[in-house]
Amino acid sequence: MQYSLGPILYFWPKAQVEQFYDKAAQSEAQIIYLGETVCSKRRQLKMVDYIAIAKALADKGKEVILSTMTLLEAPSELAQVRKYCENGEFLVEANDMAAVNYLRKLKVPFVAGPALNIYNHKTLDILLKQGMKRWCMPVELSKDKLSEILSKCDAIGIKDRFEVEVFSYGHLPLAYSARCFTARSENRAKDDCELCCLNYPRGRVASSQEGQTLFVLNGIQTMSGYRYNLINDLKTMEGLVDIVRISPEATSTFEVLTNFVHANLISLSADETNGYWHQIAGLTPLGANQTHSRVMS
Amino acid sequence: MELLCPAGNLSSFKMAIDNGADAVYVGLKNDTNARHFAGLNFTEERLEEAVSYAHDRSKKIHIAINTYAHAEQWDKWKFAVDAAAALNIDALIVADMSVLSYAAERYPDLELHLSVQASATNAGAIEYYQECFNVKRIVLPRVLSIHQVKQLARCTNIELEVFAFGSLCIMAEGRCHLSSYLTGESPNMNGVCSPASHVQWQESDGRLTSRLNNVLIDSYQPHEQAGYPTLCKGRFQVDSNTKAFHALEEPTSLNTLSLLPELFKIGVNALKIEGRQRSSAYVKQVTRVWRDAIDHCSSSMHVNDLHDWEKRLESLSEGSCTTLGAYHKSWQ
Repeated sequence: MQYSLGPILYFWPKAQVEQFYDKAAQSEAQIIYLGETVCSKRRQLKMVDYIAIAKALADKGKEVILSTMTLLEAPSELAQVRKYCENGEFLVEANDMAAVNYLRKLKVPFVAGPALNIYNHKTLDILLKQGMKRWCMPVELSKDKLSEILSKCDAIGIKDRFEVEVFSYGHLPLAYSARCFTARSENRAKDDCELCCLNYPRGRVASSQEGQTLFVLNGIQTMSGYRYNLINDLKTMEGLVDIVRISPEATSTFEVLTNFVHANLISLSADETNGYWHQIAGLTPLGANQTHSRVMS
Repeated sequence: MELLCPAGNLSSFKMAIDNGADAVYVGLKNDTNARHFAGLNFTEERLEEAVSYAHDRSKKIHIAINTYAHAEQWDKWKFAVDAAAALNIDALIVADMSVLSYAAERYPDLELHLSVQASATNAGAIEYYQECFNVKRIVLPRVLSIHQVKQLARCTNIELEVFAFGSLCIMAEGRCHLSSYLTGESPNMNGVCSPASHVQWQESDGRLTSRLNNVLIDSYQPHEQAGYPTLCKGRFQVDSNTKAFHALEEPTSLNTLSLLPELFKIGVNALKIEGRQRSSAYVKQVTRVWRDAIDHCSSSMHVNDLHDWEKRLESLSEGSCTTLGAYHKSWQ
């Protein structure tokens, strides 16, 4: 099993990002994803900065992948994705079909990110022919679904031709909108956001009127309220999963990584879940009877 | 400009055609389409009747096969494409790449429209689907501003279809797992969002509460109008120090009537009305209003000229409250 650090989904100041990757360089992660995937207004780091970090990480023996934006609307955003695809040195993670389009034309291998809608073996076959070498599955897929898809891949002879990665820790990216919810929570429009996401390095928690944590607002992205944590499910990934992805959080990411690498089993805390992996509602951890049993207040 | 209306059953289908739809879109009676609701959609026999009804009147029928195919049951999506093709329908609305690929190879003459569930929001993604699967039209996700729709129209030669009226998805369609996070069932995998089987309404002490799989979505005072409990339209607290508010969106619906002159100018090919789950009376009324508006509108018209149609539509909208959604930059 290999371990990866996903792209940082939050908007952090440049110094915090650099500090994070200094630590990542020394960490047990073999694979590191870099880049802004959520909002094109987040420009604390430019492409040249990401490339510099990528080179430094590669020098330390890490496999580095440049992750690209998910929701592309403006032509300028498209142009930016194209520049990443044409970087000529590092592998790229495509999170929109526009990136797949550039990469297939450039005839360079790519990673199909979790925001691409890939739900079956035949779609994997199409993308494989276009250069996909690794697939990070959609976050809502379960172990059983993954196993069905891979056994079908086996039947058509493609199972061993790509790697499988699973988002295994962190707040799950669940949805993308034209609207910025962080700006809205400050009663601002997106055009007038004043980059307020910088004030929320963990996003903003939204809870029900009964105090149940439901989701995290992260700009135009809506994340799961609970952190996904598959640490106790590592054993069930054997034979299915090649790479376990840890999504960076503002605190404890490297401790979590160490726990995963050494398979230190834990009891999930009240704000963690593994529901999707077990094909139940994403916010319901396996074994919990009812979601409202987890009301916090 | 084509007026494309929804139908969840044959009666709505006929209402749509009789009241001025140029084309009607429907789904089969299974989870191959994104409105997989009990009592809704078409058996093959009903579909055959619908095709004749439309074609006898020189109108079109589109079939939505727009969920993502499950690996174990992939043939179900294949059979849906085969059934649609055998009935000589006018267009297939598809999201899954493997289903697009099958349809394009097996039925090269069958027109393919890229479903909104495929989340193609930009020229790069559109080019991908055009070149790989010969897609003729794209249904644009409700995340673009009118300016962005205009930009797209300039740089692509694909037909553009936009949502004009109906329920408002505030997330990029096909890129929203909120429903499965709460209920285990999602639009992509199961063709449902916030499924009715998981909805609970309770009334106590004069307050009405709505829950989705036991999670409190909203709580209403007697004077407040209650909305269907999708997670994106509930009232929540942010950072637990605020009064609960519609953190994502109010229970409003989309109405782009005031943009009609602009949509003409841009050269949008089709206007889509949402609502296969709505009643035939609703389909009839909405179709009639939009037919009149399209017939009388031109690119030179002023918004004030649209007042009458606007009034007629208001009464048909969720919470009687409508928005331009992402088309209008300030909504974002």
